[in-house]
Amino acid sequence: MDIGIKEDILAIITTEKELVSSGTTPIFYARDEEEKERISLLLSKITLGMIHDLENGSYIIVRH
Amino acid sequence: MFEYAHIIIPSIILGVFSRLSMLRSDYRQYPSYPQGVFSHITLGIVSASLGAVAVPALAEKEFAAVTFLALAAQQFRDVRSLERQSLDNIEPTELVARGTAYIEDIAKAFEARNYMTMLTGLVVSIVIYFLERRGVSVNLSVLAGFIVGFAVIIYFNKAIRRETVQDIADVRPATITFEGPLLAINGVVIMNIGLKASRKIYQENGIAVEIIPKNENGIATLGNLGQRQAIQHNASILLGIRKDVDEPDFTPIARRDPHTGNVVMAIVTMEPDVECLVQAVKSTIVLESAKRKPLDSRVGRKAAD
Repeated sequence: MDIGIKEDILAIITTEKELVSSGTTPIFYARDEEEKERISLLLSKITLGMIHDLENGSYIIVRH
Repeated sequence: MFEYAHIIIPSIILGVFSRLSMLRSDYRQYPSYPQGVFSHITLGIVSASLGAVAVPALAEKEFAAVTFLALAAQQFRDVRSLERQSLDNIEPTELVARGTAYIEDIAKAFEARNYMTMLTGLVVSIVIYFLERRGVSVNLSVLAGFIVGFAVIIYFNKAIRRETVQDIADVRPATITFEGPLLAINGVVIMNIGLKASRKIYQENGIAVEIIPKNENGIATLGNLGQRQAIQHNASILLGIRKDVDEPDFTPIARRDPHTGNVVMAIVTMEPDVECLVQAVKSTIVLESAKRKPLDSRVGRKAAD
């Protein structure tokens, strides 16, 4: 059987350090918008998750 | 030739013909060709034979033979679970899933078709047997059996014909807009697409439709998640979806406008042709398991006006 994590935030990618804190979900800090896009893309390819924009400078990756 | 050959053989022939008339391996490629089709033809021969021998068995006072029909029913229930299992097994390999409701519908159809084959055989054998007992010549009663058999086949084919989405709703092209990261179709928000590159692909190649139910029955049916999944699956198969497993952004999602019950769906296809998308959605079958008819009840009619 295939076991994996679904319907869960797998990673947070942000440029705004002070807005995000997490106990369990890994946070990736990006220096600028471009780096944020790039990290998100790489992470989404690895996790097969989808990138969602929270419009506060943070992206989250969710596996649906 | 044995005594009942003129009853059994035409019944089997018409029974098998009835199964063949319902066995079409079209764009869905289900039953799959050639193996899947052959196993169904074989089962069709078995069920036609079972229907054909019932009357001669009774005529010979072999009442135990009728229990074979019960055995057949059991057998065909297994066909249903077999089909369901096999479709469930290949479900994870589909880029856009069929959905459990669609699978259940296909499995049900295969079971029902075997019963129809059996019934065709049974009806033909009854006609030939009784005409012959009334003194009609063998040739004439076999001919009558064939005529009735074909009528039954035509009737069954009509009776099991399923509605398509165009019978319950209008389908129109719709426009895709973005409100920040939110993908909206005709103002209905579908999903949050974070990646800018994906948004660009949607804006350039994305096509969308709005499905407008004709009445309350249509609203209830299209609200069913299985029905919407079937529409997504059908559209992606017919138009060729531009997506791979690591691109969940391009999974087509049909969402409902909660105010009106209209359903909107966006999809990125290999060939962005919105007219074809409209046709693909229209030709999707209405799932038996999704169909609801609130207007058939007094409460439903009253609530509708």
